[in-house]
Amino acid sequence: MKEARPLLEARGLKKYFPDRRRLFVEKKWVRAVDGVDFSVFPQESFGLVGESGCGKSTLGRLLLALEQPTAGDVLFEGRSLFSMKASERRGLRKEMQVIFQDPFSSLNPRMTVRAILEEPLLIHRTHPDPRERIARVEELLDVVGLARQHLGRYPHEFSGGQRQRIGIARALALRPKLIVADEPVSALDVSIQAQILNLLKDLQKEFRLAYVFISHDFSVVRHLCDRVAVMYLGRLVETAATEELFNDPQHPYTEALLSAVPIPDPELERRRKRVLLSGDLPNPMAPPSGCHFHPRCPYALDSCKIHDPALEEARPGHWAACPVLPFKQKPSAAALTYQEAP
Amino acid sequence: MPPLLSVRQLRIHFRLEDRVLYAVDGLNYDLHRGKTLAIVGESGSGKSVHALSLLRLLPEPPAFMAGGEILFQGRDLLRLPLAAMREIRGNRIAMIFQEPMTSLNPVLTIGEQIAEAVILHKRLPRAKAWEKAASLLSQVGIPDPSARLHDYPHQFSGGMRQRAMIAMALSCEPDILIADEPTTALDVTIQAQILGLIAQLQKDLQMAVILITHNIGVVAGMADDVVVMYAGRAVEKAAAAELFKRPRHPYTRALLKSVPSIYLREERLEAIVGQPPDLSTPFASCPFAPRCPEVMEECRSNDPDDYPVGPAHMANCFLHKNAQGSRRHGVLS
Repeated sequence: MKEARPLLEARGLKKYFPDRRRLFVEKKWVRAVDGVDFSVFPQESFGLVGESGCGKSTLGRLLLALEQPTAGDVLFEGRSLFSMKASERRGLRKEMQVIFQDPFSSLNPRMTVRAILEEPLLIHRTHPDPRERIARVEELLDVVGLARQHLGRYPHEFSGGQRQRIGIARALALRPKLIVADEPVSALDVSIQAQILNLLKDLQKEFRLAYVFISHDFSVVRHLCDRVAVMYLGRLVETAATEELFNDPQHPYTEALLSAVPIPDPELERRRKRVLLSGDLPNPMAPPSGCHFHPRCPYALDSCKIHDPALEEARPGHWAACPVLPFKQKPSAAALTYQEAP
Repeated sequence: MPPLLSVRQLRIHFRLEDRVLYAVDGLNYDLHRGKTLAIVGESGSGKSVHALSLLRLLPEPPAFMAGGEILFQGRDLLRLPLAAMREIRGNRIAMIFQEPMTSLNPVLTIGEQIAEAVILHKRLPRAKAWEKAASLLSQVGIPDPSARLHDYPHQFSGGMRQRAMIAMALSCEPDILIADEPTTALDVTIQAQILGLIAQLQKDLQMAVILITHNIGVVAGMADDVVVMYAGRAVEKAAAAELFKRPRHPYTRALLKSVPSIYLREERLEAIVGQPPDLSTPFASCPFAPRCPEVMEECRSNDPDDYPVGPAHMANCFLHKNAQGSRRHGVLS
């Protein structure tokens, strides 16, 4: 799957938002994304997982240059998105597309399906001939499993799953190499969610797509992604190949997240051990000292309050920002349960 | 022991401008003291509408109780005068919702809101009610409760708000707690905390819990009994362990298979084809027939009954019409 040259690279990406609530006191910053590095390879599916407020959606917007970073850069096929000219960046938009969580608010309610799907083709002047254009639109409908009689309809006439199909067709219109999908199935019912996940998987094979798949749902990520990064308070705390990360988490936060996901099997669910986290996500304006995770961490040592750990390679391709957990007894409680599973 | 709550042939319709919506159409189940009953279904299955009807919280019109009974300790809640219903609501049967921010009053402190419930139902003086509120907050695991009573809802995090809602619901030691998607708006680590809290309190207070959810994993961890709803009816009912081991209705089977698993990586998920049905015509056939992988001739022309498929296990499906006990279709699971 991996090729030597990454398709997309994030380098030291930071995005700070000013806290607008205080006008006259010293300005504070929310560090939504706080120094993130990673690479996505062609045809790879890269998952970004984290809880709400961890900065994963902001990171997604930075990757698409929909947001200007405070520091750092994004490279697409080796070219910097933020130092190129706007016109050049517009050209690159063909290569990188986005699918949003809520297909209702991301589709213009006054446009028919036909107009929605024609728009990118018109803007990028890829199909100047109207007959070719409509042929492409029909082809797109076909690819995502919608019918031609849907062409003249408006978004409100569709169910949530069908609207997400329209969103996917629009993302595919310009034959991109990369799609950033921000929680594309979390607004859908499980039976519909499975349809869309299968579709995303099929499309990836058919069109050799790379995905950056942003989600809070570990089971969805496991199903779809080759590699996963776990995010906490604006930083990556662990990245690894999916199977490796799920079977042998090297960061206590990943371990706790995995053990908090309910398993749809009563026996297993009631038998397994939980790593319960106490407390809530800390205030991102005043993150804890040292390791940001230490106040909630079951393994925290005194040194964790002082030293801010960087990502280190625990094993080839498996990076984690925790110097403590790897030295604890292995395999961990959470990992054991997964191995017991049939 | 007789059940604490019995829902019998419950039918809830909505009269809209141009049509009637048959949101719940013939729902039956029993809830026993101290047990957790999970009601699982997708959006539009009628699970939340039915929950609101238990407390008579649905606006009538457009809602319209078209038939059935909700028997609570021998009394039919659907026929109770409003004053008597008010005695039960919040006092004997309490409810918590998905989004605690919309069910808490933003301009009152947490303390005022919990104390209000205590004063109303327990007729305690203000100072005592305030004390009770503090002890409730500490019971649901909020640190420094006497100080936090003076906070407003926006000063609480999502998980803490849900804890405050639970504290309020528990203020009168209800017999039944209805939890409508109580953790859907929360992150998984917080979800685990809140579910643990509900299970703990249930044990301590011997409450019955009706847990309404779309999350199969949550059901697996919490439920004693499960009702699977589809298109306004119960399509399958069983003890939780039995349901997960031997699902008998094709919809239940499909639902269990369509959930991606955290401990197994499947190449493909078994998706359920098509869309949930339109509820604006009453069904004269099986509502799942158009999407069912095991559909038969009969399913498209007749409406199935509840057939027994095992001990305390029933499926609303013609596949099991002739099955006595659970033998004949045992091979299918």
